[in-house]
Amino acid sequence: MEKKTRKTLRRINVKRITKTVKKLFIEANTVLSEDIVSALKTAWSLEESASGKHVLEKIIKNAGIACRHKMPICQDTGLAVVFVEIGQDVHIVGGDLRQAIEEGVRQAYADGFLRKSVCDPLTRKNTGDNTPAIIHIDIVEGDHLKIIAMPKGGGSENVSAAKMLTPAVGIDGIKKFVLETVDRAGANPCPPIMVGIGIGGSLEQACILAKKALLRPVGLPNYKDERLAQMENDLYQSINKSGIGPGGLGGRITTLAVNVEMMPCHIASLPVAVNIQCHVARHKELTI
Amino acid sequence: MATQRQIHTPLTAEVIASLKAGDMILLSGEVYTARDVAHRRMYEALIKGEKLPIDLQGTVIFYAAPTHTPTGKVIGSIGPTTSYRMDAFTPKLIENGLKGMIGKGNRSPEVVAAIKEYGAVYFGAIGGIAALTAQCVTRMELVAYDDLGPEAIRKLTVMELPVIVINDTAGHDLYAEEQKKWRIIA
Repeated sequence: MEKKTRKTLRRINVKRITKTVKKLFIEANTVLSEDIVSALKTAWSLEESASGKHVLEKIIKNAGIACRHKMPICQDTGLAVVFVEIGQDVHIVGGDLRQAIEEGVRQAYADGFLRKSVCDPLTRKNTGDNTPAIIHIDIVEGDHLKIIAMPKGGGSENVSAAKMLTPAVGIDGIKKFVLETVDRAGANPCPPIMVGIGIGGSLEQACILAKKALLRPVGLPNYKDERLAQMENDLYQSINKSGIGPGGLGGRITTLAVNVEMMPCHIASLPVAVNIQCHVARHKELTI
Repeated sequence: MATQRQIHTPLTAEVIASLKAGDMILLSGEVYTARDVAHRRMYEALIKGEKLPIDLQGTVIFYAAPTHTPTGKVIGSIGPTTSYRMDAFTPKLIENGLKGMIGKGNRSPEVVAAIKEYGAVYFGAIGGIAALTAQCVTRMELVAYDDLGPEAIRKLTVMELPVIVINDTAGHDLYAEEQKKWRIIA
């Protein structure tokens, strides 16, 4: 008879999660990631408009000042979006996982001198501590716990869009929706932007795919699907013909990157979400 | 790049009339921060004939809410928020004396018309460079609507705050003009 062995779960205390969330949100808000800084420098070299180059110079200078003086890069230190990957062999101990994440956000926004930017949708009364956070949890294989902190500003979020397209519109229809969304946004989301696109799933799943697409480092195409890598490149070229430019003041570089993620959907549907990200593209992660 | 012109608040009618879309300005003097809820409150006060917490005559409003002030500093990071959210309230404020606005992003036709009719100006400040912009603020004073936290009305003393004229009294729109110039039609 086969002997049954009991698998040991890896215990992770919530205190460690709170500490990690706090550190990641402060860091995300003060230190612009290397891939973004690099993309901004590339954008500067490609930009032909004088005002566009000027805006990009200021953006790069600001990133340096923010990092050196530990000041927030942008005053909109964002809604706290958190992606958590929990290995199914992890056992969370010492408290409630979601509460631990919220506490980490609370501490980051208090001790990090960040801005409290969360309110009741109807009364507009500020909640006072930048919670609740927006928490997406995925259970995966293994015994690790990965946390991604993604402070998301309101300006770029406000010009994002999701639509249930008619399947017959095809790839051209998807591109048309993306381009219309970017055109309508104009200067509002602080170009140069990044564009995260989610195709398929359901209405809400397309939106999550679009937001996850923004986590991919700038310059990496979608290796999984050649069609999507092509769409990314086509849209990158098209958006940079829009003329919107850095700060919306006219120029050649309106987007730093276009990232597309896709999954199967209902046979009657074609959900597409376009999540716009401003040039202060912030996310930091840690695997415990 | 074009030379930057030094301008001081309060903005006079002559100065405003001389400003053209695309003019690069270094603004010094006093500006008031006010955004969404502050605008709604002032708008409703004007409708009801109630007194406003600030004197709008000749005033410049900066659509901004800073991060919390670190110890020993004048202000946290600060920069413009997207202006269209204040569009519903702005013509009324302009009618009642507001002369300048600093924000980012395009304005509604109603705001552009009010700027033209009453002689006001809309400046764009670069968004997302908030640590740099904070260096232009030499003084900050809480003025009204304390309950709004970061979105309270604050009086800022600014020194050479770099802004660009987006909408002028002649009805020009810098965003529209420049984007059209740089657009490549496939």
